[in-house]
Amino acid sequence: MLLDDMYRDVILDHYRYPRGRKPIGKKDFSSIGHNPACGDDITIQIALENGNISEIFADCKGCAISTASGSIMAEYIKGKAVDEVKEIAQNVRQMLKGEPCDLPDDMGDIDALEGVKNFPVRIKCALLAWITLIEGIGNYESGHADEVVVVSTEQGED
Amino acid sequence: MHTKPEDIVITEDNSSRLCARTIKADFPVLSQNINGHKLVYLDNAASSQKPQTVIDELSRFYSEDNANIHRGLHTLAERSTNAYESTRKRVAKFISCQNPEEVILNSGTTAAINLIAYSWGEEHINEGDEIVITEMEHHANLIPWVILAKRKKAVLKRIPITSDGRLNLNGIENIITDKTKIVALSHMSNVLGTINPVSEIAEIAHKHGAVVVADGAQAVPHMPVDVSTLGVDFYTFSAHKMLGPTGVGVLWGKKELLDKMQPFMTGGEMIREVHFDKVTWAEIPHRFEPGTPNIAGVVGFAAAIDYLEKLGMDKIRQHEIEITKYALEQLSKIKNLEIQGPTDPQIRGAAVSFTDPDIHPHDISTFLDSKGIAIRAGHHCAQPLLRILGKVATARASFYIYNDETDVDRLVEAIIEMRKYFGV
Ligand SMILES: Cc1ncc(COP(=O)(O)O)c(C=O)c1O
Repeated sequence: MLLDDMYRDVILDHYRYPRGRKPIGKKDFSSIGHNPACGDDITIQIALENGNISEIFADCKGCAISTASGSIMAEYIKGKAVDEVKEIAQNVRQMLKGEPCDLPDDMGDIDALEGVKNFPVRIKCALLAWITLIEGIGNYESGHADEVVVVSTEQGED
Repeated sequence: MHTKPEDIVITEDNSSRLCARTIKADFPVLSQNINGHKLVYLDNAASSQKPQTVIDELSRFYSEDNANIHRGLHTLAERSTNAYESTRKRVAKFISCQNPEEVILNSGTTAAINLIAYSWGEEHINEGDEIVITEMEHHANLIPWVILAKRKKAVLKRIPITSDGRLNLNGIENIITDKTKIVALSHMSNVLGTINPVSEIAEIAHKHGAVVVADGAQAVPHMPVDVSTLGVDFYTFSAHKMLGPTGVGVLWGKKELLDKMQPFMTGGEMIREVHFDKVTWAEIPHRFEPGTPNIAGVVGFAAAIDYLEKLGMDKIRQHEIEITKYALEQLSKIKNLEIQGPTDPQIRGAAVSFTDPDIHPHDISTFLDSKGIAIRAGHHCAQPLLRILGKVATARASFYIYNDETDVDRLVEAIIEMRKYFGV
């Protein structure tokens, strides 16, 4: 088992110094994710400007992997168009589950999450932030942005 | 020439300690390497490992005696019935119960507590009655009571815990009252390690006419348990935590209570006479053993009890007091590590939960696994307790007969290394 393959330096750096922790002023939609297996929680709030993500608050309470995953997400998606982010988040989910995926060449720190897929019991930790983001965007797109969606890693995710 | 420590062989008879190293050799699973390190198995509170004698007995039973019980007249049916029924007697003797009819063999603690909650609870709990549990219960001894209270509009009350993880009996007179119908508590906590004063609480409960259920899942594997003097009315435990097969367990209950209880599950093997419009139930224990049980598992369970009795439950308890003492001492030397439960090893077992303020229990578990050390991380099926402790999860190292101080040392070294690894 290559522990360093999961806990890469980039991951540990995001874990120690998580990004996206500054509260934002206005928010256009938000979602909350929960991993009942370990009690990890994430709150995501997003502000938009012309269809682009202008501000993001991603507060993750949990292990190194879920914290780093949330931090990497916050850093990567800022400034990107919602449509594009949704596509990327879905591909990250597939990547983590070991399914075929189509990720852009410039993945920022996302590729550091790849090592997690060799630790099956920890995949949900890395997934939490991304599935919470996907649900939040889905809710926004279907016109329910004022409701906060609550997502669980145990809902159809395995 | 001087002797190295490993050359000193301490035989069981002239030492109060067990020789964990000799014992370990009886457990094939423990001889392997995990991630390049010799396995240190510290997840015994979840499930223990099995000695070769138990594994052999399962295989022997399937190879030589296998048949369904209580229904055939052929030789194999007789052999398997005898083996099954002799385990019942074996279990009765092990917990000092005079009457083997009071021993119901089932799939484990969870099944046993559900049986009491549904069968006894359905009949005796009414609106406004009180059900008393404690704050440290495993979900198995919690959810059946939550559901029963809801179903009957009864009141669920709980005995609180102290900051060092003992039951707080100050004010118990306001908790156990004349309205209390049943008190359900763990004999030993799977999270805190605490051994609860079951007899003392049972005495109070009986003064108020309440029935007492003790969850012995963590106690029976680790200390002598004598149901004839403990003072409870029902007692439950699971074979898999005491060297036995999975899916086997015990409900012990007083005959006068069991006799009057309706079955929880119905079907084959638990009836006296069946008509299309009327059924009469078998006597105890068969009334509560519907369908084909885990026969091989039950037979293997007898081999597990043999193994434990050969070591002696008093010695096992003594051995675990020593390891717990050492583990608490060594773990508390690690900076910032927070250890749950009582500090006095005399009033607790060898399940030690801990947290590191900077490292999540899941990361602790993954790191320790990379060093060949198996622990449990999570809420340990005790979410309400974890909430009271202010934790979402803890790491838990739980020791057994094949563990000794060298395993504690391996754990402590790995935790120190882990803190460096995560840079905290
Ligand atoms: C205190 C306690 N009670 C009940 C149980 C449930 O036992 P089982 O899963 O064998 O039914 C356990 C073990 O998981 C336990 O530790």
